[in-house]
Amino acid sequence: MSRLDRIARSFLLTEILSGLALTLRYFFKRKATLNYPYEKNAISPRFKGEHALRRYPNGEERCIACKLCEAICPAQAITIEAEPRDDGSRRTTRYDIDMTKCIYCGFCEEACPVDAIVEGPNFEFATETREELLYDKQKLLANGDRWEAELAKRLELDAPYR
Amino acid sequence: MQGGFFATDFGILILTLLKSLALIVPLLIGVAYLTYAERKILAAVQLRRGPNVVGPFGLWQPFADAIKMLFKETIIPDGANRFLFLIAPIITFGLAIIAWAVIPVNDHWAIASINVGLLYLFAISSLGVYGVIIAGWASNSKFAFLGAMRSAAQMVSYEVSIGLVILSVLVCTGSLNLNQIVLAQRTIWFAIPLLPMLVVFFISGLAETNRAPFDLPEGESEIVAGFFVEYSAMSFALFFLGEYANMILMSGMTTILFLGGWLSPIPFAPFTWVPGPIWFILKVVLCLFVFLWVRATLPRFRYDQLMQLGWKVFLPFSLAWLVITASALEIFGWLPHA
Amino acid sequence: MIADIAFYVFAAILLISACMVITARNSVHSVLFLILAFINAAALFVLAGAEFLAMVLVIVYVGAVAVLFLFVVMMLDVDFAALREGFQRYAPLGLTIGFILMVEVGLTVIDWSVASGAHFVRLAPMPAHLSNTAALGDLIYTHYMFAFELVALLLLIAMVGAIVLTHTDRRGPRRQNIETQHERRIDETLTMVTIEFGSGAKRISAQSGKEIG
Repeated sequence: MSRLDRIARSFLLTEILSGLALTLRYFFKRKATLNYPYEKNAISPRFKGEHALRRYPNGEERCIACKLCEAICPAQAITIEAEPRDDGSRRTTRYDIDMTKCIYCGFCEEACPVDAIVEGPNFEFATETREELLYDKQKLLANGDRWEAELAKRLELDAPYR
Repeated sequence: MQGGFFATDFGILILTLLKSLALIVPLLIGVAYLTYAERKILAAVQLRRGPNVVGPFGLWQPFADAIKMLFKETIIPDGANRFLFLIAPIITFGLAIIAWAVIPVNDHWAIASINVGLLYLFAISSLGVYGVIIAGWASNSKFAFLGAMRSAAQMVSYEVSIGLVILSVLVCTGSLNLNQIVLAQRTIWFAIPLLPMLVVFFISGLAETNRAPFDLPEGESEIVAGFFVEYSAMSFALFFLGEYANMILMSGMTTILFLGGWLSPIPFAPFTWVPGPIWFILKVVLCLFVFLWVRATLPRFRYDQLMQLGWKVFLPFSLAWLVITASALEIFGWLPHA
Repeated sequence: MIADIAFYVFAAILLISACMVITARNSVHSVLFLILAFINAAALFVLAGAEFLAMVLVIVYVGAVAVLFLFVVMMLDVDFAALREGFQRYAPLGLTIGFILMVEVGLTVIDWSVASGAHFVRLAPMPAHLSNTAALGDLIYTHYMFAFELVALLLLIAMVGAIVLTHTDRRGPRRQNIETQHERRIDETLTMVTIEFGSGAKRISAQSGKEIG
């Protein structure tokens, strides 16, 4: 009897029909994807996006050219050159990040003793040419100025877990 | 239209050309929007959105794709047979188009209402395998060749059961003319008495058009893209269009053989006022939806399972059903007399 | 007029492609020319008013036989150099056989006599009130029923013979048997046992749940 039952089921294509019914139900369900350029998802304070070099509130740049980030960078995307400035403090003369090499691991951020290099919330920095992705110090500082409010808030939110 | 210019030889030629144009242009637009519908339906089943950027609801997407294809470079691989390589997509696409010559969209609305229409359709669909097999051979590539071999074996196998299904419709109508076949369904659509045959026909149609779950000739995961790996730009686009035009053709055949062609599904007043072509298009769209729905649901068959289904299940089953149908017609004296 | 032009075009393509079948160097090209010849022959049938025969020619020969033919030829790895090597040696023998055959055919044609009723049959090849398909069916399935069935039986025997000759029950790869897979039940396959701690694993029969050894 169970054999007959099984044969009947396979001839009536019950399994295929129930599969079709399932996909039809999904067809009318609400979409799971966001309508991206118009809708965006919330991102975590730990999100690792575009890099930025931060400044102190008085406008002095934070980076002290310790080169820890350069040393730890697994993709060797960071290049730093440093010289003493006129006032005797040690500062970078060159701070480049090759964004085409960067793997967004966040080690630079972790290594930085003064919270100078950080990865921000911005992930929409696609460019039309490759050269535009070779960031220099100026671009990174400009990023820092642009995103400072968010960056500070993110560091504050993440501080309890560090 | 009596006499005059359109009754001369030359006039008939011009008239036929005009009719063909009137059929092919909507058909090509249909093909374009079928690609769009496929992407939208698959997306909806997978809870995605599908194309929605180009134009309202992404409606201009097919045209954007077409323009992209047109401006790309046609690459002919080294060691390929140039002539055969280029003619293969044309064969596929051309066959998908010329089959429409006999399809009646409304009563006596076919370009050629010939009295072996059904055989013509069957012959054209049996030629479809050549585009694939020539493409696979001419590409001079292992993957393309494997895809072509698979496709040749698959299409020939499923042709057999399609033939038997067509025969069972034939014994019910007693005519090979598609117009007659539709008119024979005025009392009852063949989908009802011949439901198992409809299922066999539809599944064989999936195999015949190389659609999921029988898309082994393309098999992205094992043989990259099968017979059209080496194709690019317009030559690829022609294969693509051919595949979709074949789907529409299969749906059209299903509509004519089983779903009563242009006849209204509900045979009384407000519904019979709707013109026949509208019903025909609606039925074709329904079949196409099932094509895409099945693709969204079922995983690909393994090759030996595909062959087993074709030869060990469909062939005996459709043969048995043909005998049953013929005997029933004979016993109850319903055999049509042509 | 258009039909005449079409006839000459199709006939010319048919003859040219038929010649190409035997002269083409690549065997795949030969098969493709053969297919072209078939299609043109079908077109000529249509022009002659035998549309059923045309469609059957396309379905059977082009759609099935030639596909399998092409399939096999494509899979074959023909070494043309080796083929041409023997050509010189066997040419005289081949020519002799060809000549003998031609003479035989010639003798047959010279001594050809037309059957008494044939002329009448040729004048009315088809009953006027029947369609092409119906007329053929009428002939095959009523007048020549016995011969037709005999031919079908011959073909069946040939097919069975071919299958018997080539079919070997291969032991090599393990095949999937969907029937037996479906037959299996959980209780035939799986037994839940609690194994005493420290006693180690033992093989246990799926049916009885008892230790096998």
